[in-house]
Amino acid sequence: MITGKSGRARPKTDSAGVVVAAFLALLAAILVWDASKITSNTIYGMGPEVTPVVIAIGLGILAVANLFDALRGNLPARESADPVAVWLILGGLALMIAIIGFGGGFIPATSALFVATSAAFGRRALLVDLAIAIVLTTLVYLAFDKLLTLSLPAGPLERLL
Amino acid sequence: MDAFAALANGMAVALQPMNLLFALIGVFLGTAVGVLPGIGPALTVALLLPVTYKLDPGGSLIMFAGIYYGGMYGGSTTAILINTPGESASMATALEGNKMAKAGRGGPALATAAIGSFVAGTLATLGLAFLAPSLVDFAVKFGPEDYFALMCVAFVTVSATFGDSPIRGLTSLFIGLTLGLVGIDKLTGQARLAFGIPELLDGVEVTTLAVGLFAIGEALYVASRRHHAEEKLEPVRGSLWMTREDWKRSWKPWLRGTMFGFPIGALPAGGAEIPTFLSYSTEKRLAAHPEEFGKGAIEGVAGPEAANNASAAGTLVPLLTLGLPTSATAAMMLAGFQQYGLNPGPLLFAERPELVWGLIASLFIANVMLLVLNLPLVGLWVKLLAIPQPWLYAGILVFATMGTIAAKPSVIELSMLAAFGVLGFLMRRFDYPIAPVVVGLILGPIAEAQLRRALAISLGDPMVLVQSWASVILLTIAAIALIAPFALKGLGRFKASDD
Repeated sequence: MITGKSGRARPKTDSAGVVVAAFLALLAAILVWDASKITSNTIYGMGPEVTPVVIAIGLGILAVANLFDALRGNLPARESADPVAVWLILGGLALMIAIIGFGGGFIPATSALFVATSAAFGRRALLVDLAIAIVLTTLVYLAFDKLLTLSLPAGPLERLL
Repeated sequence: MDAFAALANGMAVALQPMNLLFALIGVFLGTAVGVLPGIGPALTVALLLPVTYKLDPGGSLIMFAGIYYGGMYGGSTTAILINTPGESASMATALEGNKMAKAGRGGPALATAAIGSFVAGTLATLGLAFLAPSLVDFAVKFGPEDYFALMCVAFVTVSATFGDSPIRGLTSLFIGLTLGLVGIDKLTGQARLAFGIPELLDGVEVTTLAVGLFAIGEALYVASRRHHAEEKLEPVRGSLWMTREDWKRSWKPWLRGTMFGFPIGALPAGGAEIPTFLSYSTEKRLAAHPEEFGKGAIEGVAGPEAANNASAAGTLVPLLTLGLPTSATAAMMLAGFQQYGLNPGPLLFAERPELVWGLIASLFIANVMLLVLNLPLVGLWVKLLAIPQPWLYAGILVFATMGTIAAKPSVIELSMLAAFGVLGFLMRRFDYPIAPVVVGLILGPIAEAQLRRALAISLGDPMVLVQSWASVILLTIAAIALIAPFALKGLGRFKASDD
């Protein structure tokens, strides 16, 4: 860096960038740890444990490079984000996964996701959205399960169809 | 030349009634999904992968070709009518096309984009048909070390050379490479990064990653910044047709755009951004009325749109002949091949010529169908754009998760999908490119296998990597392409500190 002598204010450290660097370093550590547990019996050439170490070295270098960028405040500017919307969609995804996991079937699971996403985008008419969601996902279920014979998970509701 | 005979055979396959139907369904679905805002061609292909799951490989690949080109057409409609380019390659189109739509010239903008895409797509597909056989002849002689070197070139060009920041691009690539390690090692049967979870032994599914990163990541990102600006749909007013003047101003940009798009797409240099921007700046320089640029110049839609489509056909050259995906969309196409256990490359040309040439021939047919379908039906697509944003994104997420639910309805797989969605959101928010992750996941394991095969053949002697001229040249190109952006940035900095 040659810009240091200009004597301008010290750039602000970007804490998100530091987290990215830490994540990359952690990923590298996991790779090396995992590779150390592989017992290699390759006689010629590379065994399966070599590539993870090479990639870990790359990740380590990138962690340092990202850390430098973050400390210098070199990250691109970003606009404010609305955390509520993000958490609503993530909540919808979690609910969807839970309903599938407990055998609730495709229609309730994706309907929950639909309503949560639509709320995240500012809709407040929950019952209307729920009705739309159930009609839409039922149609999708019928089209894909019956017409294209893709097997979608069936719960109590789907068995009635 | 045998390309003619091969192409004629391909046409015979593609013109079978069943295959024509598949192509028609493909272009229809591709346009319908591609026209939705925020959905680029790569995501269109990823979302529609499960639809083709139960078809036979031939029909499904033909449907794919239609989805691919349909997604591109749909994307340009969105770019023109609401100023949201689904991908950076339609940025130039959005720049001029949206201004034209605002000035009541949305019809001619859509028409020049559609006809330009048709001209460019047809010429570039011809280029593909004639270039492919000679590249295949060349690639047959490639040993594993040459393939490894070629993949190195692709890694570097996709992530470092043409992005905004090489460090960010490489970070994305290495995340993809890490994900590529997960699962059972194909050569020794040892598990890597599986942490004892049986679902992870199969590795990370390309579609799960792509749908998570593109669809869920995009939905989270758009929701998080919804309070900033509302998108506004421009109604199509006035005549749909181009005037004589519009034709006169469009045909040269179409041809020039094709000339930029095809070669750059065919080189393993990735992305359609470079040719579209080259085309945009060239048209601006050559235009009779350069002052119209930025206010809705038809040349600024015609040229970049042609370049975009020509480069899409161009990326099929390395994909089909070498098995090398150089864009996110090409990576999704490769995933489509792999779902049938097919590996594009010289061998596929020899073993299943009817499949490869049927696909190439159906690209021509898809192009014709799109032209016929798009101009009269544009009103229908515009209605799709009018779906309120909450329902639109809710629907996108339902379809996005449906693919994974149909393929592997397990809590682990769905949690991975959600986790990739969060990753895609964070990468968008902090400005890391997404395509290198997908390319890293797909190409990483192939590159590793080639490298290990080369070293096993040479009994562990690493000098095998520099024994053939092809691999020496390719590795040199990769090294230069890796260092060049850093060196140029350094030079720029010296200059900046001088004044």
